Amino acid sequence: MSLLALLGVLSSAIYSGTSLLYTTLGEVIGERAGIVNLGLEGVMLISAASGFAITHITGNPYLGILAAMIAGGLTNMLFGYLVITRKANQLASGLATMFFGFGLSALIGASYVGAKIESLPRFLFPGLGYLPVQYTSQFKFDFLIYLVVPVALGVWFLLYRTRWGLGLRAVGENADTAYAAGRNPHLIRYITLFLAGMLAGLGAAHLSIVYTRTWKEFMTAGRGFIAVALVIFSKWHPLRAIAGALLFGGAVAFQLLLQASGVKVSPFLLDSIPYALTLLVLMAWGGTRKHSAPASLGRVYHGSE
Amino acid sequence: MTTLTQIHSKITWINKKPVQEVLRYLAIFLVAFILFGIILWLAGKNPIEAIYDTLVYTLGTPGGFSEVIVKMIPLLFTAIAVALPSRVGLINVGAEGQLYIGALTAASAALALPDLPAWALLPLMAGAGLLGGALWAFIPVWLRARGLVNETISTLLMNYIAPAIVSFFVYGPLRATGVASAPQTPDFSLSARLPAFFGTRIHLGLIIGLLILGIYWYVMKYTRWGLEMRAVGGNPQSARRNGIPISLYLILAMCIGGAIAGLAGMSEISGIHARLRPNFSPGFGYTGFLINWLAFGDPLGILLMSFIIAIITSGGDILQLSQGLPYAVLNILLAITLYVVLAKPSFFERKKA
Amino acid sequence: MPLPPGLVETKIDPLFALRGITKRFGAVIANDHSDLDIFRGEIHALLGENGAGKSTLMKILYGFYRMDEGEILYQGKPVQIRTPQNALELQIGMVFQNLNLIPAMTVAENITLFLRDLPAVYQPRQVSERIREFSRQYGLEVNPDALVSQLSIGEQQKVEIIKLLLSNARLLILDEPTRVLAPHEAESLFQVLDRLRHSNYSIILITHKLKDVLRCADRITVLRAGKVVSSILGSEATQEKLISMMFDKEVTTRVIRQGQASLAVEKPLLQLVKVSTQGEGAAASLVGIDLEIYPGEIVGIAGVSGNGQKELGDVVLGMEHIIQGRKLLFGRDYTRKSIGQTRKDGVSFIPENPLSMATVPFMTVLENMVLTNTRRYARAGGLKVDWQAVQQDMQKALGRFGFSFSPYTLAKSLSGGNLQRLIIARELAHDPKLIIASYLTSGLDVQSATIARQALLNARDEGAGVLLISEDLDELFTLSDRLIVLFDGRIAGEFNPAETDTYTVGHLMTGS
Repeated sequence: MSLLALLGVLSSAIYSGTSLLYTTLGEVIGERAGIVNLGLEGVMLISAASGFAITHITGNPYLGILAAMIAGGLTNMLFGYLVITRKANQLASGLATMFFGFGLSALIGASYVGAKIESLPRFLFPGLGYLPVQYTSQFKFDFLIYLVVPVALGVWFLLYRTRWGLGLRAVGENADTAYAAGRNPHLIRYITLFLAGMLAGLGAAHLSIVYTRTWKEFMTAGRGFIAVALVIFSKWHPLRAIAGALLFGGAVAFQLLLQASGVKVSPFLLDSIPYALTLLVLMAWGGTRKHSAPASLGRVYHGSE
Repeated sequence: MTTLTQIHSKITWINKKPVQEVLRYLAIFLVAFILFGIILWLAGKNPIEAIYDTLVYTLGTPGGFSEVIVKMIPLLFTAIAVALPSRVGLINVGAEGQLYIGALTAASAALALPDLPAWALLPLMAGAGLLGGALWAFIPVWLRARGLVNETISTLLMNYIAPAIVSFFVYGPLRATGVASAPQTPDFSLSARLPAFFGTRIHLGLIIGLLILGIYWYVMKYTRWGLEMRAVGGNPQSARRNGIPISLYLILAMCIGGAIAGLAGMSEISGIHARLRPNFSPGFGYTGFLINWLAFGDPLGILLMSFIIAIITSGGDILQLSQGLPYAVLNILLAITLYVVLAKPSFFERKKA
Repeated sequence: MPLPPGLVETKIDPLFALRGITKRFGAVIANDHSDLDIFRGEIHALLGENGAGKSTLMKILYGFYRMDEGEILYQGKPVQIRTPQNALELQIGMVFQNLNLIPAMTVAENITLFLRDLPAVYQPRQVSERIREFSRQYGLEVNPDALVSQLSIGEQQKVEIIKLLLSNARLLILDEPTRVLAPHEAESLFQVLDRLRHSNYSIILITHKLKDVLRCADRITVLRAGKVVSSILGSEATQEKLISMMFDKEVTTRVIRQGQASLAVEKPLLQLVKVSTQGEGAAASLVGIDLEIYPGEIVGIAGVSGNGQKELGDVVLGMEHIIQGRKLLFGRDYTRKSIGQTRKDGVSFIPENPLSMATVPFMTVLENMVLTNTRRYARAGGLKVDWQAVQQDMQKALGRFGFSFSPYTLAKSLSGGNLQRLIIARELAHDPKLIIASYLTSGLDVQSATIARQALLNARDEGAGVLLISEDLDELFTLSDRLIVLFDGRIAGEFNPAETDTYTVGHLMTGS
């Protein structure tokens, strides 16, 4: 494969991996607080539809991104109410959120199927202009892509260098201990889920407003679940998530490349690659899960009387 | 000395008063319908009209009613496919995928041996469906038993792979030649189709489904294995220390559940479609999951919920036709219903073992 | 309430005063109008048996629980303590029984979590330095960068105390601190407490051990069944006085043993030959264990928690995988046999936490009785269960011990003591040949504990072999025919209890 084609795969990987990375970062902080959100798929769908709709109505993609973030945060709050205040089973609550997302996104996006929108401008990272055009033309990214690694660093900083982040991690390990230390586990979890929802909204916004520039029912196609798997792959660490998202973005890009190059593999089998890869990754990392996962992940915190 | 029936009624697995239960279900749906109605109204649609139209069609016309039963059949299967594993604490969201693979294997049997008489071919197809579903369920549960992957997420992922495999076969090796329209397999021979009743589309699958529901009820309530399974689901650590082979039960429960979902696939393509098409399931597996959660694994509840949900999904068709909304919007109502159950408002008190 | 010595003349308000504290959990009254005074510079012991309400009362003072009635006064003025944050602001610190440390985090992170004077963005290295200096000053050596999961229990407790001191607590509440310590470690702890008291810290010591109380308390307040019975000065306390305050009726803790264990004339019930296991993550691994248990003897296993005792019990049951060596039961090789098989052939297991380890909480008592051997009551090949037979057997089994429960109560509604009685009745019901008792009496009140111990002795007298795992050295010395010490997964020593003492055993337990 030529250098050009290789760079093409890399660029494609970055494009498709960015939305995955935002969502994964959101889930990292959520799981660090002890909550696993299988409804991410639904959250992303609602955000993607909202963002797309607002962009179409106002003609302003930035407003659309904002709408997507708010939609994501609010949807996660609905989920949070179930698992934090009502103390419901996290897996089932996530699935309820997933269904909700299937339906609400279809409702929101119904009038916008096939619509065209103004997308974000794409530009080259300042300073790279002197490199040959044939290479750099593939690396014109929008600001969300440029922003994603700093956001990952921000998440790392929040978790490991702030008092609040320490409290967040403590809640995910042992909420009783966090409470004994004077923290408020319920409040911390609500705030965390809101942040996580906004990050998922960013990821969804990038998907509908930049990457595909369309709206279609079920368009996230399981990315929400792949994000949950990526959190395990990154051992709950925001910086490792970057590598994971790139890997999966690459798988998607590779699949597109194969299809485009006319290789005689059934498109359906190619479609399965991301999911099969996710499953394989989960299998390979499965043993470490028990040792690296936040100790109270998935457990309901009943509070103290 | 207390009689056996007296003892049974006291320790019985689902211990409840029927009237209370029915009221509880009604209350859930009332709340859900109201919330759904509000959302529809906010979207500029007329919810009252939609509900009225649905009820008139499903309960008022014989054609509508029989369609409800038709829709109910696969739901019975998939709900049990989720219920049985849930007894041992497994969350099987993969009924959708298991259904597809079961349909694939059953279709393969039908297409390979079209000349066999019905009394031989139908059981063969059923067996193939059971096998396919069980196989698809085995991978996630094996991973779970080895402590590698949580079955919730592995079954979800495999739900995306299974339809792709089916599409691969339908577009490829199994494709009917010479048909210019949508890709599908050749029509099944007459002996490969489940017989229907009285000129309706209601087919033998209904009887099979009810039978399996009955077996599920009996096994869980009366047998030794049901007792041990409930122990595994209730407290796996205790069960293990008490000598109950939990890995064995995990695998059995999941594979049998998957097999039943596979049977759902077989029943749909044999009783209704008479061929295998890609993406033929409007989410039967997911709906079955929902039904199981609403019914808490109670067989009577599953029967009731399947019926009600079948009515609601008929409403989805109406939503599409008369209100111009995509069918997927119905998921909102289903989600709200599950949400209300999970939120456990104080007037629903529920425990399970 | 008598004042501490030296304060009789001066009219100082107590640092903290609890008045009329009442706390209910459902129908159970945990604290019944309890009063307590705490002064500066004293070690105040809260004494009472398990379930008397000591922990609950202190957790209310710490804000972890909220009282139903009553008030708390700080230096004479009423204050609201509704959450631990309030308590921390009032400079109260508490070390819980099951240590509030996060194993996956470092010592420094655990301490940082409780520090109240850090900015929003902090420097981990600075905090580590602070900890190092402080620990050097007070002689409580810890490595700030070590993961808590790698520390021994004694070291973890040191971290807890440093944590309290660094977060500026002036009142330290310690809940059963010596429960997991060897005798010499407990003595070191008391020396630290003496120094702290000298520096005018207030210390509340929650305990049920008379020895601890007599060793270091300035004042002692006794609780019984949720009520404060009375308080006396440490200087006036004697064992008899304290016992009479703790128990209102004649409670015997004495158990009756008939005869000595017969020597190895018969074949051993259990033989472990060079057995090794592999612990997952932070769990202990057994290394080269050689152990035999004969009919009619109780073999006690002593050790600090985390050194392999739990794993030893699990290995005998069949729950822990043996990677090297052989396990023989009744003369036959059982190394790879399942738990079900092991139980069927006559092995019983009484775990430390009956609710989470032996019963299914949402099942009835009747159903729980069957779970160890459902085959026994299965009819028609498993299609039916003979519940009448279960009920008969259950009444017989419970009757042997003088217990009785309604068969239809849910297991989760039973108290801890009642649950353990149920499990003992179940496990001893069919005359097992080998009994594994793992932390049999932890958390039990004295009466239930005595019944449990007597049941084991009776079983032993009738020819069963017992593997008794416990952290209560007194219990081990009372009950065991032979005593084995585990340290770091290996057998560190074997004794006849009559020929040794708790200090010797204690040193072996901590590897010193």
